[in-house]
Amino acid sequence: MSRRTIRKLINGLALGLSGVATAIGLFFLGAILWTLIRNGLAGMSLQMFTAMTPPPGSAGGLLNAIYGSVVMTLIGILIGGPIGVLAGTYLAEYGRTARLSTLIRFVNDVLLSAPSIIVGLFVYELLVIRMGHFSAIAGAVALAIIAIPVTVRTTEDMLNLVPQGMKDASTAMGAYHWRTVMSVIYPAARSGIVTGLLLAVARISGETAPLLFTALNNQFWSSNLAAPIANLPVVIFQFALSPYPNWQQLAWSGALLITVSILILSISARFVVSSLNPGGRN
Amino acid sequence: MNTVAAIQPEHAAGQRLRERAFRGATFAAALLVLALLGGVALSLLLGAWPALAHFKFAFLTSEVWNPVTEKFGALAPIYGTLVTSFLALLLAIPVSFGIAIFLTELAPVWLKRPIGVAIELLAAVPSIIYGIWGLFVLSPVLQRHVQPWLIAWFGPLPFVGRLFQGPPYGIGVLTASFVLAIMVIPFISAVMRDVFETVPDVLKESGYGLGATTWEVIWQVVVPYTRNGMIGGVMLGLGRALGETMAVTFVIGNAHRIGSSLLAPGTTISAAIANEFAEAVGDLYTSSLIALGALLFLITFTVIAAARLMLLQLERKALSNV
Repeated sequence: MSRRTIRKLINGLALGLSGVATAIGLFFLGAILWTLIRNGLAGMSLQMFTAMTPPPGSAGGLLNAIYGSVVMTLIGILIGGPIGVLAGTYLAEYGRTARLSTLIRFVNDVLLSAPSIIVGLFVYELLVIRMGHFSAIAGAVALAIIAIPVTVRTTEDMLNLVPQGMKDASTAMGAYHWRTVMSVIYPAARSGIVTGLLLAVARISGETAPLLFTALNNQFWSSNLAAPIANLPVVIFQFALSPYPNWQQLAWSGALLITVSILILSISARFVVSSLNPGGRN
Repeated sequence: MNTVAAIQPEHAAGQRLRERAFRGATFAAALLVLALLGGVALSLLLGAWPALAHFKFAFLTSEVWNPVTEKFGALAPIYGTLVTSFLALLLAIPVSFGIAIFLTELAPVWLKRPIGVAIELLAAVPSIIYGIWGLFVLSPVLQRHVQPWLIAWFGPLPFVGRLFQGPPYGIGVLTASFVLAIMVIPFISAVMRDVFETVPDVLKESGYGLGATTWEVIWQVVVPYTRNGMIGGVMLGLGRALGETMAVTFVIGNAHRIGSSLLAPGTTISAAIANEFAEAVGDLYTSSLIALGALLFLITFTVIAAARLMLLQLERKALSNV
């Protein structure tokens, strides 16, 4: 074999393997979704959305868990979202070149990839010990802390995409900077910021580890924010590891529900972005 | 001079006040980000203090974890965390590298976006889903088909054989590493794809101009150029693997022991916390678990910080080339 043939062979082999690697990645996505659909669909019924989590062996649904997850996710994003957007605004507009901003960006990146169970421990020390018991509000605060770095990052990136000319035009008309931010920059970057918030919601709605020792769980309906509250991820965790078939079935259905919601959120977030930059990725 | 302000002094003063208030609010929010990290570090340290003061250095070197006699040592979870993360990276790096190459150099334009999004969706799937999938789907497959084969082929070998002995439990260190690998693939491949795209076309074209094959351009131009960025991506994946909780908790078996076999059950720092924290009785037990959390924080902080610094370097390099 000539040297040229060998080089071509190696090239073909390497590129072929990279195709195989991609196939492996796609295979696992498909395998996970397939398992969820096959096991979860059987338990999908109206009862899932109307009945409470049952004791072992009797029929029931996931209503209290769905409610608890929605409430904590909403409160989490209502606390974390504004803080994240404001901090992102500082980094992009006021402190763009400040040395402190470099530090804040770095710390934010660290928080972005920090293990979520650590956040759970932090909120446990901060709130649960002081209140003396687990509570929905502690769970929501833990989720807010996870949402903040995601929002900071996307907000800053999106504000930086707003053309400098638009900002200058506003300043030239005599607007103070807060007015420019409110009336020019935020509207221009709106869909980007909304994307960031959607991604943050997607991220926190599946988080389990930080809820284990903040919100804990509740077998019954509770709308008291100062008391433990049921939530989908922790219910899935407990029911999946239980020996009762009806609990396991509910765990699969809950898992399907949560995954489908998150995938829809992530995909729709991408649509918002591509309507912002029709040319594709920037 | 400033006629608007002269005519409407109250209006201008109001504007200035609002400007100051808004600026102050953004600054406070930015400081809160700093305070969060500080708060996390401080609260973990305070919570861990009783255990660290009681066991001193032995906390790091002891394998014993006994809630009844209140003797706690972190060696088994530390070992489990490091081994599972290491194995996960070993499995994930080649696959992620392949995906990144496929997406940047090989895929036709119309295929790039859908495949890229699909891989990113793999990252959006919550970790608890990986957990139940790993427990109910992956570990039976490994137990029936993969592990007996590993035991038969590698078990009798000298040295390496010790890693593959004992009964095929299904759950254990190897299964946890496998699930972790699947979870970090999208993270590592996304970073690698992004850094590959920072390579100036001129460099690649020079390679092709000299008659290099696609693979030779990748291996001799793209990889050396993006080395720091690739390492940064791998370390981000490592940070993710070290701290991953739910997926591991389902499949590792939660045994506080250091087994020589990869097929045996073990535990990791995060799995131990997730399993035991809500049920921990007594201050020393709780404090020991928080001390585990503090250790995890220290390890991941170092890894993530190093990763970010390396990615930052590549960013500067890319900027200076524009």
